[in-house]
Amino acid sequence: MRKRGFIGVLVLLGLTWAQQSVTLVGAGATFPYPLVAKYADAYVRLTGGKVRINYQSIGSGGGIRQFLEQTVHFGASDAPLDDQRMKEIRGRFKTNALNIGYALGAVVPTYNLPGVQEPLRFTGQVLANIFLGKIKTWNDPAIQELNPGVKLPPLPITVVHRSDGSGTTYVWADYLSKVSPEWAQKVGRGTSLAWPVGVGAKGNEGVAGVVRQTPGALGYVELTYAKQNGLAYGAVQNKAGRFVLADLASIKAAANVPLPGDMRVSLTNTAAPEGYPIASFTYLLLYEELSANKAVASEEEARALVQFVNWILTEGQRYNESLNYGALSPVAQQRALALLSRVTYKGKSIGKEIVNR
Amino acid sequence: MNREEGIVLKRRYRVERLMKALVAFGTLLAFLVLLLVLVYALVQGVGALNPDFFLQDMRPPGERGGGLRQAIVGTLIVDSLGLLIALPFGLAAGILLAEYPDHPINPYLRLLSDTLNGMPAILFGLLAFVLVVKPMGGFSGLSGAFALGFLMIPILARSTEGVLSLVPKEIREAGLALGLPRWRVILSLVLPAARSGLITGTLLAFARAAGEAAPLLFTAFGNPFLELNPFKPMDTLPLRLFNFAISPYEDWHRQAWAAGLVLFALIALTSLLARWASRRF
Amino acid sequence: MRWLYTHFGDRIFAFILLLLATGVMALALLMAYELYRGGSPVLHGFGLLGFALDTQWDPVRGKFGAWPYILGTLIVSLSALFLSFFPALATAIFVAEYAPKWLAQIINFLLDLMAAVPSVVYGLWGIFVLAPWLRDKVQLPLYFWASEHAPALLPLLGVPTGYGLMSAILILASMVVPYTAALARDAIALVPKEHREAAYALGATHWEVLRLAILPLARGGILAGAFLALGRAVGETMAVTMVIGNSHKLPYTIFGGAATMPSVIANEFTEAVEDLHLSALIAVGFLLFLVAMLVNFTAAYVLRRQERLVKGAL
Repeated sequence: MRKRGFIGVLVLLGLTWAQQSVTLVGAGATFPYPLVAKYADAYVRLTGGKVRINYQSIGSGGGIRQFLEQTVHFGASDAPLDDQRMKEIRGRFKTNALNIGYALGAVVPTYNLPGVQEPLRFTGQVLANIFLGKIKTWNDPAIQELNPGVKLPPLPITVVHRSDGSGTTYVWADYLSKVSPEWAQKVGRGTSLAWPVGVGAKGNEGVAGVVRQTPGALGYVELTYAKQNGLAYGAVQNKAGRFVLADLASIKAAANVPLPGDMRVSLTNTAAPEGYPIASFTYLLLYEELSANKAVASEEEARALVQFVNWILTEGQRYNESLNYGALSPVAQQRALALLSRVTYKGKSIGKEIVNR
Repeated sequence: MNREEGIVLKRRYRVERLMKALVAFGTLLAFLVLLLVLVYALVQGVGALNPDFFLQDMRPPGERGGGLRQAIVGTLIVDSLGLLIALPFGLAAGILLAEYPDHPINPYLRLLSDTLNGMPAILFGLLAFVLVVKPMGGFSGLSGAFALGFLMIPILARSTEGVLSLVPKEIREAGLALGLPRWRVILSLVLPAARSGLITGTLLAFARAAGEAAPLLFTAFGNPFLELNPFKPMDTLPLRLFNFAISPYEDWHRQAWAAGLVLFALIALTSLLARWASRRF
Repeated sequence: MRWLYTHFGDRIFAFILLLLATGVMALALLMAYELYRGGSPVLHGFGLLGFALDTQWDPVRGKFGAWPYILGTLIVSLSALFLSFFPALATAIFVAEYAPKWLAQIINFLLDLMAAVPSVVYGLWGIFVLAPWLRDKVQLPLYFWASEHAPALLPLLGVPTGYGLMSAILILASMVVPYTAALARDAIALVPKEHREAAYALGATHWEVLRLAILPLARGGILAGAFLALGRAVGETMAVTMVIGNSHKLPYTIFGGAATMPSVIANEFTEAVEDLHLSALIAVGFLLFLVAMLVNFTAAYVLRRQERLVKGAL
């Protein structure tokens, strides 16, 4: 009892201190981190410092966890919540979770091979075998066969994977599971995996960092991380049999599939002939009834949060493409706004109010 | 002295010289990495230091410029709050151990305090997560301060006990002979007599905690903006350094080195202050 | 009034001290309790030993065994201790026996400094200087040599990335030097001078005095220092996490990635999605607590025996 009183006093003190500005705390995926950091930077300027977004890229697994622990205003993940977790949330908090997609990204196999200029070609099978530890060196016939004319060095392949729970990992493993039965059976899909080989690095940043530092490394990162850092990345064979390099056009092409109303959809290995096979939406996680989230302390905060997400889905979209994330198609944008307008705070439908303004 | 003895003696001298060389070499080896780390931090860090580093907040990834104002201020706030939390507990435990040597709880207190002292820093973070973050419903600078405070308590207890036991017992006897109660003797005579040592111990605990990142990973959490409200997540230098160091961005690497240098300067400064304090007071 | 001031004041003062000190004790007990409670779903589910000895850590299938991390911690901390021991002992001997006073002061200052440099700074240096250097100048040449001349060695060496056991051990070794060195130095200085003088009087050289009269008596202090260093090494988190490569795939290789108990907590704690995963991480914390306690108690025990030994020798 005393403990609770003490905490109450602390919270009151904090509230009086924090009146001037609203800070929205988000945590999750490192995949869209450069983008969300850009949104946050632009939004704090736009609101003249009134609303500040503190987004920590701790990995999608962390985003989901902290969302469930209700330590954050919004979570972020590249993997949508699965059915079981949606049900769990309904049971525990008596409200729904919303998976609001706001950008498209691609996971690319990135490598560090001194002397190799042209982008390498990979098939899903070869990538799976490398990550299973069955292909060990760069000059392996399986890789050479896909890349005639490239002089591959005899370097050992350093597989670099994520050490933290990650939606990027989920997307990557989702793809490998679809193309390699062996992968599906031995490793499977998830935000954290029991990796057969390789070294682990924390975050997309960490994987890109290790690949950059390590000749012979092969890792998987979000396209932006490869682009921003001048890392080489390979073309991957899609379902139609073409080798496709990830870029805005091929990511958007991959996303050209029927979209369910709750936006929870896998975009890996889609049938689109021009589509890049390892693409994904990246999601913000919100509670439909925001007062169910302990982190949302007031209606003011709830409104600020919905306004921010609304801004991302509309004006904020213009930042997507300059950072190599696909902007939402008109259909996807409609779906996302429809989801956002379901948001309520203590029964007040603030979502509808803000979206329709 | 016959010839054989001469040979033996020569051999003994040779062993003597050899061992001396080995000892000197080992000493050099022991400091090799430290010196390399310092040289690199100086060379790489100085190049990255500029006024912006202290006056601006960090920029989004991939963009150049900006600084780490929010992390520097955050470190000072979180660490100071941690010290405030730790001081009463650390001092009390130290006083109890040194001034009430026969107190029945002392053996247990010493045992448990020493146990805490040997615990890995990351476990203090876990504890603060369970005890502060969860009940408060979110990450905050304050929970980081608790984690660092937990870490400082056993350090303070040990240094306080050590310093107080160095105070001559004549001082206590003189005070008691004047008819002062024991608590006045401790507060007005013993503690002032030991003040330089107490200040030194406090500063060293502060310096130790200032460099810790592990307990802050899931408590202070980090924040790209300057945050003065300890109920909100806060940035700290070691945490930011860690994030920057494992990132792929060159400009962030540059700033990581600068952060390392600033952190190092902060700690060296506190240690020097501690040395100065132990002479001055 | 006067009675109130003295008698009552003393009572209150002692009571406040007791209350605060109880807080300190409660903190230690609370740590053990909370770690046990947080980890209990896993500890009960798999059993303490079953959890500690199982080699599978597979969050996808909800199987959690801590052995890869325990093994990693043991390998890294023991190797680091082994590597650091002789340089640390040499430093202690040099400071206590050979160095002139001014140099001894500098070295003592450097020892304090070494213990004070934050581990993230060591890690930073590890990432950008040590790991690339090791990879290019040591691991790759060795790897290519082995692949031509001794392919049998390859599985032992592993993939030369720079991030792995080797880097972690080297960094850690240089970080724990001051703990052994400081205690060993104090132990050497505590040896009664009669022993030294007796040995000199027999015509011993300086080294012989050390070997015959001083080091045997200082043995306990040196050992305690080593245990203290081991305790530090076991719990070191950031520097190790930054360079160890974070892979829990057994068997570990010399160049390849590994993981330790603190490193897995640092990596996965904020990110574990499943409750069982989180519980497993806290259970790893509980094991870490047990290991750290064991090491520190051993150090304290050895040190107390040493003190008795020196007193007895007088």
